[in-house]
Amino acid sequence: MPSDPLLRVENVSKTFRTRGKKLRAVQNVSFTLEAGKTLGIVGESGSGKSTLGRMVLRLLESDKGKIVFDGVDLTELKKNKLRALRQDMQIIFQDPRASLNPTMTVRDAIEDAMAIHEIGTKASRRERVVELLERVGLPYEVQFAYPHELSGGQLQRVGIARALSLNPKLIVCDEPVSALDVSIQVQVIQLLRDLQKEFNLAYIFISHNLAVVEYLSDEVAVLYLGEVVEQAPADELFKKPTHPYTRVLLNSILKIPDSPENRQTMVSIQGEVPSPLNPPSGCAFHPRCSFATDACKTVKPERKKVSEHHIAACHLVQ
Amino acid sequence: MAGTAAATSSDVAVRKKNRNRSPFYQGWKRFKKHRLAVVGLAWVVLFFIAGIIGPWVAPYDYRIGDFLAINQGPSWTHIFGTDNVGHDMFSQILYSIRSALIVAVGATLVSFVIGVVLGLWAGLRGGLADAIIMRGVDFMMTLPGFLFALILVVLLGRGYWSLILAIGIPGWAGYARLVRSLVLGMRNGEMVEAARALGASQAHIARRYMLPNVTGSMAVSLAFGIPGDLAQIAGLSIFGMGLQPPIPSFGNMLAQAGDNILGFPWLLYFPAGIFAITLLAFLFVADGLQEAFNPKGGH
Amino acid sequence: MSGPLLAIENLHVQFARSEDQVYAVNGVSFSIHENETLGIVGESGSGKSVMLMSSIGLLRENGKITAGTANFQGRDLLKLRPKQLEDIRGRDIGVIFQDPMTSLNPVMRIGDQIMEAMLTHQYAGRKEAFERTLHLLHEMGIPDPKARFKNYPHEFSGGMRQRIMIAIALACEPQLLIADEPTTALDVTVQMQILALLQELRRKRGMSVVMVTHDFGVATNFCDKIVVMYGGQIMEMADTDQFIRKTMHPYSLGLKRSIIEVGHRGKAIVPIPGAAKTMTQAPAGCPFAERCPYRTERCDNEVPELRKLNADHYIACHRAEEVASLAV
Repeated sequence: MPSDPLLRVENVSKTFRTRGKKLRAVQNVSFTLEAGKTLGIVGESGSGKSTLGRMVLRLLESDKGKIVFDGVDLTELKKNKLRALRQDMQIIFQDPRASLNPTMTVRDAIEDAMAIHEIGTKASRRERVVELLERVGLPYEVQFAYPHELSGGQLQRVGIARALSLNPKLIVCDEPVSALDVSIQVQVIQLLRDLQKEFNLAYIFISHNLAVVEYLSDEVAVLYLGEVVEQAPADELFKKPTHPYTRVLLNSILKIPDSPENRQTMVSIQGEVPSPLNPPSGCAFHPRCSFATDACKTVKPERKKVSEHHIAACHLVQ
Repeated sequence: MAGTAAATSSDVAVRKKNRNRSPFYQGWKRFKKHRLAVVGLAWVVLFFIAGIIGPWVAPYDYRIGDFLAINQGPSWTHIFGTDNVGHDMFSQILYSIRSALIVAVGATLVSFVIGVVLGLWAGLRGGLADAIIMRGVDFMMTLPGFLFALILVVLLGRGYWSLILAIGIPGWAGYARLVRSLVLGMRNGEMVEAARALGASQAHIARRYMLPNVTGSMAVSLAFGIPGDLAQIAGLSIFGMGLQPPIPSFGNMLAQAGDNILGFPWLLYFPAGIFAITLLAFLFVADGLQEAFNPKGGH
Repeated sequence: MSGPLLAIENLHVQFARSEDQVYAVNGVSFSIHENETLGIVGESGSGKSVMLMSSIGLLRENGKITAGTANFQGRDLLKLRPKQLEDIRGRDIGVIFQDPMTSLNPVMRIGDQIMEAMLTHQYAGRKEAFERTLHLLHEMGIPDPKARFKNYPHEFSGGMRQRIMIAIALACEPQLLIADEPTTALDVTVQMQILALLQELRRKRGMSVVMVTHDFGVATNFCDKIVVMYGGQIMEMADTDQFIRKTMHPYSLGLKRSIIEVGHRGKAIVPIPGAAKTMTQAPAGCPFAERCPYRTERCDNEVPELRKLNADHYIACHRAEEVASLAV
């Protein structure tokens, strides 16, 4: 047996109940993640990608399944043990402004993270704040600023610094650059990549942006209505997309053409993402799939191996 | 590395003196822009000072009338005139300010404390506690608060404490609802989620993350609460249910002045004018706070 | 050929803040012709949206147009009274926004909202407007128009709401459609659907479209002409094919190099250093100078004019010729 991975997620599911209706957010998702590696999770709205990210950290309770982090099953952990373990697993959010306390200065915000875990003395924590800010590329004075005085890009760096302050092994990045301008996105992504190398961080990188996911991830899972429809190493997934949904996603991206002849025509696929309150029968993607057969409408496809590390949940995969 | 050097040019000039840029200071700066609010605040401060030092600066005892000088108009010896038993109206007003403040502030605090405790409990605990408290809130909201206060006065009497309780007890529902909604809004928000992800305990989150973010809204609702209670006191007096004479109060003065409106108008003008201006002043202050700390008009 | 449909000349817009002024748009001139799609691209704070919206009278309260003209069909829109502008908007110029939920009336049936667009502009009578509404809904790809007519906005998905917005904007067959980030809030697959729909509608009607977007991919694939804005000024303006073949402005070049696209895995990406600043003073030089690798003293002290480099390619850079030869 090889040594255990840093994170092993087995068959986690989550159903929300709102006003008597059932919203199937995540269904039977499994994956593993090694230390220092990145798992990219791609999906459109309603795919359950954020729910999944929160369940992995047990910010949200899963209905069933196992989440083994660093040898510990999180789903069975007592609340106070879990709180202590949070040092090792952190999250950065899409909207750093909303995730920071508007009445705390940057220094207090980062220091508080360390204070919660009783790391060092107040003086040593403050020293560490200065180091961290420098590491994420923020000027010294930023520590005295309140969130409302900083730009989105700066705030995201603060969010990253706060997560780093606890020396985590895993960081869930929930759409960390989606709210930022393109020229700032790259800066933050490169920072994340550099930090990963430096501190051997594992990332779960959640995004609707396939390009960014491809750029950062070692492995990618494509989510559709709460289910993993395809999962493969990043190289392979983008070279050999197998599930029709993955292909549709890739074809929907408008790239800047390298020559006028390569300007894309707008070819749209049918339908929209169905409501997770009322998911289709059989394969959830069948109403939008141009290859759908009768079997797709009634039978839920199994996960099948396309190659050694490449799985797709589609009847068409032989 | 390019990405790192990149961010050093900061869009905001961040100065070291951060005290002046805290959200509270920013709020104060916005408050100062509202001229009416500032004028109101000056009046309110004056009103409080008068209430506190009144007994020491009042030229006459409120209980003792000067039978040689009844129903006199304003003069140098009695600047606001005297009433039908020779009470100095200026002194009466100073004492009334004191009694009004005691009851209004006391009652507001009673409502506030009950409301905040129940609201926090409902918001943080949820479940059954929440359901019961919120039904209580609904019940209190449908009840005509004034009538309720009137009944309480009848039951408790017309002293300071009874009035504070009579006006204070029915008023908790609004505060409870506000606190609960603020707490709920934050409890499901990203800031609290982020704090939970850091490993913060419930108590730590409540103290360091929630509390500082509700103080603005709380101050606003307190500021609206005091004039509301002032008006209630006066209202009760009109029904003869205000503070028991001889405790001087605006209500009693107004009730008395109403009988003598034709002959001795100053008995009405001075107390009524001061009372009306005070109510307005409180409302201006509350309005200013509202705009300064809650520009969206509440959460 | 007749003149341009909409010609904006030397537009300046400022915003008053509590303590200072923001110079949001600083001397923008461009025009759009009949049957043309123009993409205005820029990051947040570039003034792209403010510029376009202020020209049709949709300016926030604290904003002020300090100079400029906007000629539409021989009339300067900036000189019209609000009432006259309302008349033109929705009849001759259709407008769609990023978030349809905020511009649709939540308590009115969507069919009535589309009809109302025609009735207020006296474009059609009641009966005709009703028929046309059904036709429009069908044209927008909304299945079962008769039934959907009676639905309220919240009963539709984001993509469907955007279709309804488009139906309202096109109800009176305007010659010009202004689209402010119309697909930004949508999923990629839905974005593709909306863009395909817009393209088809545009072709069928011979209508012109001005689209404001932060997405270079959307602009370069959808539009005939590109305007790149930064710091309230046009940096580069070109025919899209030209722009694709030879991007010239250091800012556009920097952006193109720093956008991560599919297939970039493992490639080195060079970010543009720094971040855009809010302009609180009238520009003294090139707004991009601080982040520009080709900056000289002149860039700090002299605002570059938007000048014609060759047919269909305009650029505001003192060193355009050099940059073009330096850039690989």
